[in-house]
Amino acid sequence: MAEFTMPSLGADMDEGLLQEWLVAVGDQVHKGDAIAVVETDKAAIEVECFEDGTVGRLLVEPGTRVPVGTSLAVIETGVAPAPAPAPASAPVAVAETETETGTKAEVSSAPDADGRQPPAEPAPAHRPLPVGTAPPREAVAVGPLVRHLAEQKHLDLAGIRGTGRGGRVTRRDVERATATHPRVRVTPYARRLAGELHVDLAQVRGSGELGAVRAVDVRAAARTGPTVLPAPGPPTAAAPPSPTRAPAAAAHAAVPKPEPFRTRPATASPAPVGEDRTAAMRKAIAALMARSKREIPHYYLSTTVDLDTALTWLHTHNNACPVAERLLPAAPLLKAAALAARQVPELNGFWTDGHFEPGDGVHLGVAVSLRGGGLLTPVLHGADTLGLPALMAALKDLAVRARTGRLRGSELTGATLTVTSLVEQGVETVFGVIHPPQVALVGFGAVTDRPCAVNGLLGVRPMVTATLAADHRASDGAVGARYLTTLNRLLQHPEEL
Amino acid sequence: MTYEQALDLVKTSLTRIVPDADFTALGPTDKFRDRLELDSLDFLQFVETLAELGGCRLDEDDYPRLVTLDGSTRLVAERAA
Amino acid sequence: MTAEGSAKHETEHSTEYGTEHKTTYREALREALRDALRADDRVFLMGEDVGRYGGCFGVSLGLLEEFGPERIRDTPLSESAFVGAGIGAALAGMRPIVEIMTVNFSLLALDQILNNAATLLHMSGGQLPVPLVIRMTTGAGRQLAAQHSHSLEGWYAHIPGIRVLAPATIEDARHMLAAALADPDPVLIFEHGALYNASGELHPDARIPDLDRAVVRRAGTDITLITYGGSLPKTLAAAEELAVAGVSAEVVDLRTLRPLDDTTVMESVARTHRAVVVDEAWRSGSLAAEVSARITEQAFYDLDAPVERVCSAEVPIPYARQLEEAALPGTAGIVAAARRVAGPTWSAADGGRSPSDGDGRVS
Repeated sequence: MAEFTMPSLGADMDEGLLQEWLVAVGDQVHKGDAIAVVETDKAAIEVECFEDGTVGRLLVEPGTRVPVGTSLAVIETGVAPAPAPAPASAPVAVAETETETGTKAEVSSAPDADGRQPPAEPAPAHRPLPVGTAPPREAVAVGPLVRHLAEQKHLDLAGIRGTGRGGRVTRRDVERATATHPRVRVTPYARRLAGELHVDLAQVRGSGELGAVRAVDVRAAARTGPTVLPAPGPPTAAAPPSPTRAPAAAAHAAVPKPEPFRTRPATASPAPVGEDRTAAMRKAIAALMARSKREIPHYYLSTTVDLDTALTWLHTHNNACPVAERLLPAAPLLKAAALAARQVPELNGFWTDGHFEPGDGVHLGVAVSLRGGGLLTPVLHGADTLGLPALMAALKDLAVRARTGRLRGSELTGATLTVTSLVEQGVETVFGVIHPPQVALVGFGAVTDRPCAVNGLLGVRPMVTATLAADHRASDGAVGARYLTTLNRLLQHPEEL
Repeated sequence: MTYEQALDLVKTSLTRIVPDADFTALGPTDKFRDRLELDSLDFLQFVETLAELGGCRLDEDDYPRLVTLDGSTRLVAERAA
Repeated sequence: MTAEGSAKHETEHSTEYGTEHKTTYREALREALRDALRADDRVFLMGEDVGRYGGCFGVSLGLLEEFGPERIRDTPLSESAFVGAGIGAALAGMRPIVEIMTVNFSLLALDQILNNAATLLHMSGGQLPVPLVIRMTTGAGRQLAAQHSHSLEGWYAHIPGIRVLAPATIEDARHMLAAALADPDPVLIFEHGALYNASGELHPDARIPDLDRAVVRRAGTDITLITYGGSLPKTLAAAEELAVAGVSAEVVDLRTLRPLDDTTVMESVARTHRAVVVDEAWRSGSLAAEVSARITEQAFYDLDAPVERVCSAEVPIPYARQLEEAALPGTAGIVAAARRVAGPTWSAADGGRSPSDGDGRVS
């Protein structure tokens, strides 16, 4: 059994709107299947599951906004929870902890406000038991000691059910609320590293013993970028949601038997639309770019590439092809950028924990601007291994889905190098801002006819300015120069790309 | 194919890419790539759709004519016959 | 005691010694003694059977003939008496080297070492330094049973006022004695019995690290294996096996058990973020416990896994070969502990990058 949780799908994402379930209870699912659509500040993303199994229960109904890490569904994997450090074991262990404490809370409290009795039959081990909450209150009646305790533990008193006289929150209530928050097992070094890399530990899956988060997990999380926190800030684990019971009316048709949803009414706000969405994306981009410029000592190089050979070859190729198989200049440019990254691996990877870690393959983040503003960088995985037609097809597919908001989580993460192209915008040169923790960004300006020396004479050729912004902590100018030179050389032999 | 039919195909093709395209504000000789903010991928998609709907071949050499509604419509009307 | 010690002589004496280029740990110790005796008239060697017999483990073979009975002195079988005599000689300005057959028997001289050698300087307001060197054999692995096989150097490392050395290599066997004699305070040198026959090249020009420093015997990036003395060869062999399995292990030889060189250990742990301590002594209250505690105190925020210890089983070391082997730290046990601590080499957050999703444990 495994939990399927709200993933973190982008820099600074701390909550997401479950837009739609793509599966129903009882469906067989496989690792990598898209099973839900989650709307983030940036886009609607199809989210994949990490386990093979059967959908056992859907815990959150569509239209609900929940914090990252909240359980959305239970996947029955047919494997008993074991203490082996398999990837799935962390959430399993967490669920059990929660259930145990939840059970105690349930037993020791009266029936809930809506009169539901505690289940008569023994609850299954993974059953998310309701903790219940009092109706919303304008002001919470608490004493100074309790308020102090809650502050110490970063608890929101409004989310705690009071069992004292007149619904007062007692010291015991605070302690119980604290106890229901699963403790994330993290090694001291991993905790330190998470602070340095601004990774939110609550969202990192541990690979160590009993699901302990180790340094390698933090680095992986930093590399894929989804759980990056704005620095500095209190870890979100310090103020997790208090599990409460959603109104019975909120039960969704996809759920055969209405189960209490573990949601947070306070945050069940409508999805940001229109300007809100744009503003949210602006904020996310602002945080990431500010971090980049704050932490990364950029250096910049530029060179002009003669594209005459490449474009002539492209034209010949395209005239022999149906429209659907035509290549854009972007295809050879991206392929050359990827191949050059393979040949100059010092620029393909991540800066983590004070040192460079080379990427496992060349995965190109491709900046795609969105109609109405903002941008996404879907990832061309293994771009150096794709033939031009396959690369073109993948690019078209990603761009279309980026704009219609149907990207998968894995298609937004894992880039080892980003390419930005302002070919369309009519500017000659773009000096980019590196996407941390990557160490370089390649830019292409517009392809324009320019005068240049050809075989000792003045000629007019289609030229593009290729630029490189690179992290001076990870590489020096000579490496960057080698990259651009390699890129130029590759583009002179388009037939070999 | 009549001009009207061809224009309909052109608009349909553009609407597939820009669902909320406002053709009332787009003159027949306006460059729609700029007005509708089509990038090269969008444009390729447009050409692909137009060729498919019109049942005709459109080559790269035709691209200079595919910049306005009027130019595109005339080209498709000729080719689709 | 005497019968057991004597019975052991024959096998120890029958060892072939190496060629000119190659040498053994035993010969390196003897060369060091010879050098010291030549360099300083105040130096003399005394202990049970060090003279005519050539030493219970053959270390002082031939020295009596070379330096005479005044300087190579056989003593009665009374550790307390001859260690006490050594302390007296040191107080009187000599530079005695006292050999005790094994660490087990040194307990008979513990009163002299703890209450006199270690304290006199401090109780005399600095007037009575005790420049004494005591050599003794430690450790198991040779079927000498429970009265000759224990590793009690950790007990001595508990005592302020003395320095405790554990040469684990031929270089250290050759060069530590001179440094020990130069120390104005009592120095105990623990020679692991399993090392005497170890052979290898002795590099004449090798730079000898000073006695205050532990040494990285093998560099690595994933885990630090901390050990000393007779466990060093096993630990290096374990590091070799780990390398084949893709785990890069750094091996730190403590060399000096008191005072411990925290700097080298912590620097290594800061690089690898994981540590296993290998110590042939019993686990409870061991030197391994001390090292582990210091890592937790000083490098807690560098740790990516709990520190593990590989020690001897908590039994009197058995005589039977299989039982003795089972009781001692072995290469396989070190490898297993290191792999537990190193954990899977992939991350759960990487999802599909794990080598086997069903069973994540690398085994």
